[in-house]
Order: sequence, then structure tokens, then C-alpha cells
Amino acid sequence: MNDSTANQRPEELIRLAAELRWEVGSNFHDSLMETLYSNAAQIADRAVTRTGEAARFDLDRTIDRMVTSRWLGFPIMLALLTLVFWLTIEGANVPSAMLAGLLIDSIHPMLKSSAGAIGMPWWLDGLLVDGVYLAMAWVVSVMLPPMAIFFPLFTLLEDFGYLPRVAFNLDKWFKKAGAHGKQALTMSMGFGCNAAAIVSTRVIDSPRERLIAIITNNFSLCNGRWPTQILVATIFIGGLAPAHFAGLVSAGAVVAVAVIGVLLSFVVSWGLSRSVLRGEASAFSLELPPYRPPRVLQTVYTSIIDRTLIVLWRAVIFAVPAGAVIWLSSNILIGNVSLAEHFINWSQPFGLLIGLNGVILLAYVIAIPANEIVIPTILMLTVLSARLTGLGEGAGVMFELDSDAAVAQIFASGGWTLLTAVNLMLFSLVHNPCSTTIYTIWKETRSAKWTSISSLLPVGMGFLLCFLVAQIWRLLSG
Amino acid sequence: MEMQTTVDGCEACPAHHSGNLTKLGVNMANWDFVVALAGNPNTGKSTVFNALTGLRQHTGNWPGKTVVRAEGGFAYGGHRYKLVDLPGTYSLLSTSLDEEVARDFILFGRPDVTAVVVDAARLERNLNLVLQVLEITDRAVVCLNLMDEAKRQGLCVDERRLARDLGVPVVPAAARRGEGMPELTRVLSDVATGRTVCRPQRIQNEPPALRKAVGRLTAQLEEAFPNVPNSRWVALRLLEGDTRIMEAVSSGELGDLNRTPRREEEVLA
Repeated sequence: MNDSTANQRPEELIRLAAELRWEVGSNFHDSLMETLYSNAAQIADRAVTRTGEAARFDLDRTIDRMVTSRWLGFPIMLALLTLVFWLTIEGANVPSAMLAGLLIDSIHPMLKSSAGAIGMPWWLDGLLVDGVYLAMAWVVSVMLPPMAIFFPLFTLLEDFGYLPRVAFNLDKWFKKAGAHGKQALTMSMGFGCNAAAIVSTRVIDSPRERLIAIITNNFSLCNGRWPTQILVATIFIGGLAPAHFAGLVSAGAVVAVAVIGVLLSFVVSWGLSRSVLRGEASAFSLELPPYRPPRVLQTVYTSIIDRTLIVLWRAVIFAVPAGAVIWLSSNILIGNVSLAEHFINWSQPFGLLIGLNGVILLAYVIAIPANEIVIPTILMLTVLSARLTGLGEGAGVMFELDSDAAVAQIFASGGWTLLTAVNLMLFSLVHNPCSTTIYTIWKETRSAKWTSISSLLPVGMGFLLCFLVAQIWRLLSG
Repeated sequence: MEMQTTVDGCEACPAHHSGNLTKLGVNMANWDFVVALAGNPNTGKSTVFNALTGLRQHTGNWPGKTVVRAEGGFAYGGHRYKLVDLPGTYSLLSTSLDEEVARDFILFGRPDVTAVVVDAARLERNLNLVLQVLEITDRAVVCLNLMDEAKRQGLCVDERRLARDLGVPVVPAAARRGEGMPELTRVLSDVATGRTVCRPQRIQNEPPALRKAVGRLTAQLEEAFPNVPNSRWVALRLLEGDTRIMEAVSSGELGDLNRTPRREEEVLA
């Protein structure tokens, strides 16, 4: 073979192809597809025979007509979500108390006394047992029960095929907001984990629409934030209702926050697609998959292994340094006042202005690595700053906690009101994404600009939202 | 030491024979063959992938779950296989990113076998993709998944008829229950090792003007790249002005795609 001819041939080929393209006409692609389709139809027709009635298929259609109906679609969606949270809240109480009793009431004193027995210096004992261990124990007892109930339930809904119907119901609204309909899918995934959902925005081809999906994904409450919502709703909102309605009312409050998140997604998408990310929404076809009876045991097993334990493990990992930071910041004194109290006192006026307080702001600074540890941090710092007697064993120690009533007592002594609770729920919905999500946004967009916008826009909105709610609240109540 | 003997004990057991499937998870170094897993969205590709590799790639009942290429491995009949789970697509015309990922892997990734997972209950639409895959590669296997669902819907699929019409092996399966997975591994290995030779159906009855143009281009292509197994398909892509394929022609990359099985001597021995 001689090299020059080998090099010429490809060029010739491409020239010939360009020439022939004129001869075959512009519609040859269509006729080619027609041929393909008719071939497929012919082969399928020969291989498939229909025996008996297609009862299942009709049932699928009936369900679809209901869950995607104009009038029933949204109420069914809200009812299902409320049911899931109600089961979670009602079911998690008892095991949470049991875990707290075991890890905090029994094991913690044991660790303290054995640390004393081997003569561990007070600061090492404090850092390890009162800081690191207690933070981990807290995360496990607060998070494990709700997650072990919530994730399997949510995964069962997903396996059954309900999520694409949610996407179908929301698609129209995303289109009106100038975003891609598939954003409904990535938003639903965000209810599990924002970082995973941001990877999944790859299903959106247009870079403009993908950026909108990335920036607004944070408005889907994620794994790390559900426990915060559930706990605060149970204590403050559920506490307002008669005892037998408490679970339902708390579940309703959590759903309300989730719905506000979805509304914010629409509003922000709409705002972005009319300002910095201007453009038309592109069309796509969404296939509604058939309903499949979920394999219950397998789903429960895999969702506990793959989701619950992974999320819990991550929370525990982040709780270790956070526990150390909490203990250190409340034990390093500058002029008789600890670092934590300096920050709390300094940020208190701003915190109160927006209906929160200095403790919550500090907790969010400490909990930037992972949303999961916000509530444990807040509780510990509240005890510290309120200087409660008989509850905390010393500065920076997370206290015994055997019931929601005990938590309520601590909050009350820390000067919390219903407004603080409502604003904490809102701020937990609208604040910066966790560090993993921020890193994922950077990896996916490779743009410092869009990463900063995705991180800072929600914090700004969160402050603004809390400020407005606080002003209106005070106006109405005062 | 002691642990070692218990592991070997498995191999000594009469129930064990070398053909059995060993799930290798992500431990897929030194693979002998590459298997690509293609299919429409939501037909259970990830479930098949998990069943073969023992991995727990997240599965869910909605289209578009797999956005990144997942890889895993399994061993069967003395060979190690690398399994690549491609994103689900309705076609391979590369009008979107996931279609391009799937198309490029089947063409340029040179898998030894491409397994197309199809939904038995929606055969006609799924066959559009199968036929497009068969245009690109002749080493393919159809996994007729969700047979249980098809049965519930009162559909009966004649897999032998289908295999004859398509010219490639067809394996009925219900991957969620693990049904059909042993057969699938056996058929995959038969095609990979060359024990089974496929004679795939190529699309027929195109308009005469087109056939003439394709014929001329195909002849030229085969002269320039004698080993290309899918010259007719490449000719069609060139006619459509597919830039990625034009590049492959100009750079000569196309000539490298003659897929004689790797380690042929070993396989035949």
C-alpha cells in the first residue's frame, strides 16, 4: 500500500458523500426512518401474539388518569407526601428516644468514668467524649429512625413509578417558568440528595436550562434537611395542636415547607430565564413508565443499605470535626467569654432582626460541611448560651435528651418563639447548599461564577425571606 | 491460610463447575471481553447490570436514571468480562448527548458483544433501537426483559421467531427476579468467544434512489477500509453529514474498528 493513496481516499469518500447527498434529496432521512419503523413493526408483529384481555394495562390507565388529572393530580400528590411524613414522624419518636437513652444516657457516662479512670487530661476527655462522641451520638439518635422510615417509603413510591407522574404534573409549570420539563425529574431527585440531583441534570441538553436546574435544585429539601424540618415541626407546630392531631399537623407543616421550596424553584427559574439566562424552553417527550409492583423487601433492604447508612455515615463523619469545633469554640475563652459566645453576642442583633438568633447563625456556620448536624449544633449552643443549669454538664457538652419535651424546654429557655421555629424551617429550606453540593456544582459547571451564584443566591434569599416573615409576623402580633 | 482453604472448598464442591457466574463487582482488571449494555430508557438495563456484576447501581422506575456510564465485571467460563451500562436511548442518531455517548461506545469502544435490553411488552418501539444497533455491529444479543410484565398484559412473545428474524440470539428474561440471567451470560460468552456467529438482519426496502447512492459509497468505503463490518451504515451516516463519522473517516480511525476478537488464539484453543 502506498501512503499517498491511503491518505487521498478518505477525502475522496467525503467528497463523494457530499455529491451524493444532493442526489438522494433532502427528505431521505425521513424515508430512512420510515423504513426502519416499518421493519420494526413487521418483526414485532410476527413475534407478538395477544392472548386474553389486557386487564393490567387498563388498570394502569385508570390510575394514570387519576394521578395526572387536572383536579386530582396535585391533591393526590400532597396527600401522598403528607402520608409519608406522617408515618415517618409517628414512627420515629419511640426508636429515637430509645437510641438517645442508650447512646447519651448510658454510654456517655460510662465513657466519662472510664476516661477518668485512666487519668485522661480534662481537655482531651472533653474534646473526645463531650465534643466528638456526643456529636456523633446525637446525629445517630436524631437521624437514624426518621431516615430508616422515610427512605424506604420514598423508594417504594419511586419504584412503583409515581415520580415520573409528579414530573408530568409539574412539567407544564416548568415550561411556563421558561425551564426544561426534565427539571421536574432532577428536582424530584433533589428530594433525596442535591449533589446527586445536580449530576443528574446532565439529562438536560441545553446549557441554559441545565444551569437553571442546577441553581434551583437547592430548593428541593434534601436528606440532610428533612430531619431538621421534621424535628422542628414536631416540637413547635405539632405542639400547638391537640395531641392526637399533632403528628398530622407536623407532617402538614413539613409538606408546606416542601411546597414552598417547589414554588421558589418556579419563581427563581422564571426570574433567571427572563434575566441572565434568557431563552425559550425546549420541548421533550416524557415517557410515563408502567406501574410496577415494588419488590418491598428488596427495596427496604437496598434503601437502608444504599441510602440510610450512606447518608448516616456521611453525617457521622462530619459530626466528628464539628463536635470538636463546638467543644473548642465553647471552651476557648477570650476575656472570660468563649469564642462561641462572642460570635453569638455579636450576631444576635442581626439574628433577631430576621427572626432567628445568634445561635442559629453560628450553627449554620459550623454546619456548612453538612446540613445534617444543624439541629444537634443548635441544641448544644442553646444550652451553652442560655447557661441552663441541670441540663448541660459543662460548657460544650451536649446534654441528656430523652424526649421531644426536653428539647422543647431547652428551646423555650433559649428564648425561642414560634417565629424562631418557622423561620428556622424556612432558613433550612433556603440557604447555601452543603459543601458536597457546592463541589459538585463546580465539577459539573467548571465555572466559578455559576458556582458562586448557586451558593450565594439562596443565602441572600433566605435572609430576605426570614426578614420579611419576621417583620410581617411582628406587625400582625404586636 | 485457613481462610484460603475454605474459599477453595467452594471450587471443590460438586455443585460448582467452571461455567458458573462469578460476580466481580468493580474488580474488573485484566478483562478478556467487553460487553456493552444498550436499550431504551426504563427497560431494566441497570437491573440486568446489577444482576450480572453484583453491584448495586441505583435502579428506579423512571426513564433516564443512568446518566453516567457505569462499569462492572463478571467472570464466566474461565473468561473475565467488563460490562458497560450505557444511558438508555430511543435511537442512536446522536441528536442528544446520551444518544451520542451510547452510539460512540458501540462504534468506537469496540465492545466484543452489545447486549440490547428490550421491553417485551413494548417490542415494536424497542426494536427501532435494536435494528439501529444491528446496523452498527453484528455481535449483538437481545435480552427480552420484563417478560413477566408482558405476560401480565396478556402478551406472548415468540423469542425463537424473533431470533430468526433479527439474526442474533434472543434471551427471554425477568431481570428483577433474576430469571434468564444464567442464559444471558452463556449466550454473551458464546458470542464473545465466537462460538455463536450472528447474521444480523439489516434494514431492507429503502427507496431505490437511496439504495443506489448507498451502494456506490459502500463500495468505495470497503475499498478504503476493507475490514469495516458496517460499511453500509457508515455510508448512510456520511450521506447525512454526521461530523463525528466524517472525522473518523478522514483520520483513518475507522480502519481500526475491525473487531477480530481479542486473544483469538486463546479463545480457540
